[in-house]
Amino acid sequence: MVEQALSDVMVVDLTWHIAGPYCTKLLADYGAEVIKVEKPGQGDPARRMGPFLGDIPDPEKSGVFLHLNTNKKGITLNLKSATGQKMFKDLVRNADIVVESFRPGVMARLGLDYESLNEIKPQLMMTSISNFGQTGPYRDFKATEIVEYAMGGEMYSTGIAGREPLKLGGNVVQYQAGTVAAVATMGAFIGARYQDISQHVDVSIMETQAGTIDRRMVFLLGYAYGGVLTNRWPPPRESVKMMFLPAGVYPCKDGFVNVLSLPHWWPRYIEALGVPELREDRFQNLYNMELTEEFDAIWYSWLADHTKDEVFEIFRRHQLAAAPVSTPMDVLANAHLKDRQYFQEIEHPVAGRLVYPGVPFNMSETPAQDRRPAPLLGEHNEEIYSKILGYKEDDLIRLKERGVI
Amino acid sequence: MPRLPLEGIRIVAMPVVLAGPFAVMLLGDLGAEVILVESILHFPPITRGALPRPPQFIVPTTGETSGGATGGLTTYVNHEAGERPWDRFSLFNAGGRNKLSCCIDLTRPEGLDVFRRLIKVSDVFMESYAAGVLEKLGLTYDTIREVKPDIIYLSMPGLGGTGCHKDATMFGAQLQALAGHTWLTRYPDLDYTTTQSQLFHCDASSGATAAFGILCALHYRNRTGKGQYIDLAQIETLIPHLGEAVMDYTMNQRVQHPMGNRHPSMTPHGVYRCRGEDRWVAISVSSDEEWEGLCRAIGNPTWAKEERFCDALSRWRNQDELDRLIEDWTSQHDHYEVMHILQREGVPAGPVMDQRDAYHDAQLISRGFFEVVSHREAGTHLYPGMLWKMPKTPMSIRRPPPCLGEHNDYVFRDVLGMSEDEVAELEKENIIGGDTYLV
Repeated sequence: MVEQALSDVMVVDLTWHIAGPYCTKLLADYGAEVIKVEKPGQGDPARRMGPFLGDIPDPEKSGVFLHLNTNKKGITLNLKSATGQKMFKDLVRNADIVVESFRPGVMARLGLDYESLNEIKPQLMMTSISNFGQTGPYRDFKATEIVEYAMGGEMYSTGIAGREPLKLGGNVVQYQAGTVAAVATMGAFIGARYQDISQHVDVSIMETQAGTIDRRMVFLLGYAYGGVLTNRWPPPRESVKMMFLPAGVYPCKDGFVNVLSLPHWWPRYIEALGVPELREDRFQNLYNMELTEEFDAIWYSWLADHTKDEVFEIFRRHQLAAAPVSTPMDVLANAHLKDRQYFQEIEHPVAGRLVYPGVPFNMSETPAQDRRPAPLLGEHNEEIYSKILGYKEDDLIRLKERGVI
Repeated sequence: MPRLPLEGIRIVAMPVVLAGPFAVMLLGDLGAEVILVESILHFPPITRGALPRPPQFIVPTTGETSGGATGGLTTYVNHEAGERPWDRFSLFNAGGRNKLSCCIDLTRPEGLDVFRRLIKVSDVFMESYAAGVLEKLGLTYDTIREVKPDIIYLSMPGLGGTGCHKDATMFGAQLQALAGHTWLTRYPDLDYTTTQSQLFHCDASSGATAAFGILCALHYRNRTGKGQYIDLAQIETLIPHLGEAVMDYTMNQRVQHPMGNRHPSMTPHGVYRCRGEDRWVAISVSSDEEWEGLCRAIGNPTWAKEERFCDALSRWRNQDELDRLIEDWTSQHDHYEVMHILQREGVPAGPVMDQRDAYHDAQLISRGFFEVVSHREAGTHLYPGMLWKMPKTPMSIRRPPPCLGEHNDYVFRDVLGMSEDEVAELEKENIIGGDTYLV
């Protein structure tokens, strides 16, 4: 088996829902041994989140859980029992990294805070992911995707004027927090491994939004630089445009395309659209907004004659930027992604053979291995507890009877 | 003072627009020495401005958003482009911290020679140009590896380094359309042409994922001595962030449709108008417990006891009416007030914050999120800061965003040990050095 980038890293994973599991999924997909610790009998709440295979709610058939937990091993452990806490500490003794996403203060109440764990494992690196961080007045506040986007993100300027601010589709705020947490975890881990500085990393989902570049961060600096408060634009977009070149989402023959233009691309537009009129002198001043109506008449009628794939193809050939507004079905059928063999099939003992999103980058020296499916609840109890912690088979039965595992 | 985790790691970077700069910013925050290689002869559009010297009428003025797809991202300090617009541009400066800048013309052999000398003393090279650009310059992984065998080389074009559409011109807006994110983000009652999202999640996902990739490769190199090439397609970092929609399709062949601010199971779930001009609060209720908390918070009105809201399913079915009733209450209060009242009762709620709210927000202030930065051309301002806390090796904005070519001297004289004569000769030909665009 080819070595993977993180093959020598062992992670104990106490995360659930989306953000934490996506962080540990990234670690696991690149080779780390990730041991996911779940509550006996219940497991990660994501097991109860839809969509489910065949729309049948089943803890082993949740699409989001299956997606977020590939390549991890799963054990069950009752952290509220003293025995469970002792076993957890035994596990930590063998680990390099602990990632947790309990509400702030829970780990301390369980006697499993960073200070306690660091005592038994001096080189331990621990990451805590929470809504607002481990400190501050909102520390104990509750939040969800829409609340985090409202507070940390740029929801205020998402949508159109006169309407309510709009959430981004899906749970991308949670995923982004998980991705940033993976950067924080690996960064701090490198410090722990090579400079002997082990520490507790505190990731606030709100700050991963406020500090992310396409979001708050640039807009915040815009406010600091010039008092600019971004808001939702009134439709039509022409009212806020500075040049008549296309920018935004437009209807075409069979759907919509997203187009962006730079001023120096005008000659390419003339070629791509193939409308002789656009060569006339008056169209050469892109900033003359009085031409908008005339240009749009040409542009919209050209779009009406072309499908979204045709627009993409013509723009690609002319080095212009346009992309179809793709449905999930289009994404799965995308020729380019197929060419790159991006999507992967994974066989799962209960959910069967399914297509999953692939790894987000390819490493030449340490390519991703065939992927393992998400663990069944407690699937690796025997392996982990026996092999790593040295428990005997009859010990495991006793622990199970007492509800510890 | 303990060393930051990446102290001693040198990264040569040619990032453009948003995603690439974000990736190396995160590594700079962790202590790496990030050296941007720029050029006074080639202006990378958007990265340091739409144009090197924008006419005043395309510079947005106070209180307005600018036009075009780059929208509110493109603010100049005090709305003045000034003598050196490229050093005063919000989009570059927001992600510019903890980086150095030197200028080398990579289209001439002498420039390439200097660049290779820099690679020789570096650990990582990363670039975020369109696919093929570095190849044209002769700077592929294979040629770079000849100079520095254990180099880590990351490329992150929109669609990656292979595949039948790899040459397509793609920005975040196009990638999010192609990945299916635009499809999922809109008002259910309006079509896509009015969506106008200026928020390109693809830049967020690919920047952070690229930083993670480089860290994985660094760890591998540290223990094996081997470098490698990382091919990152930005779109492939965004698709996993849409896992629910992808899996629903692969499991059930169902195409998920946009729900606006609603949720497949939670009710109430959305934003509600508050007192004041265009003020909103986000509220979501995921359990009966939280519903009871919400009822208590708003004074247990009689309507809350009615049959149509008696359980989670009824509330989901009757959410239009429910939303109106909740808004009757929220609209009497300030958005922050609603958050505090509801959070006291254990209900997830928070204000939809504009930039002014963020700068005054108790949580961000208490955690020291904003940092004062003085910049030679931009002046002194509060900048958004670190994305996480690492108490034993606290991260901070150690350096302001670099002005174009600000660290020419450091790179050419100190890092590369070039002689005064050599520097002078190459500078004369504009092969290295300079701090002003000649285009």
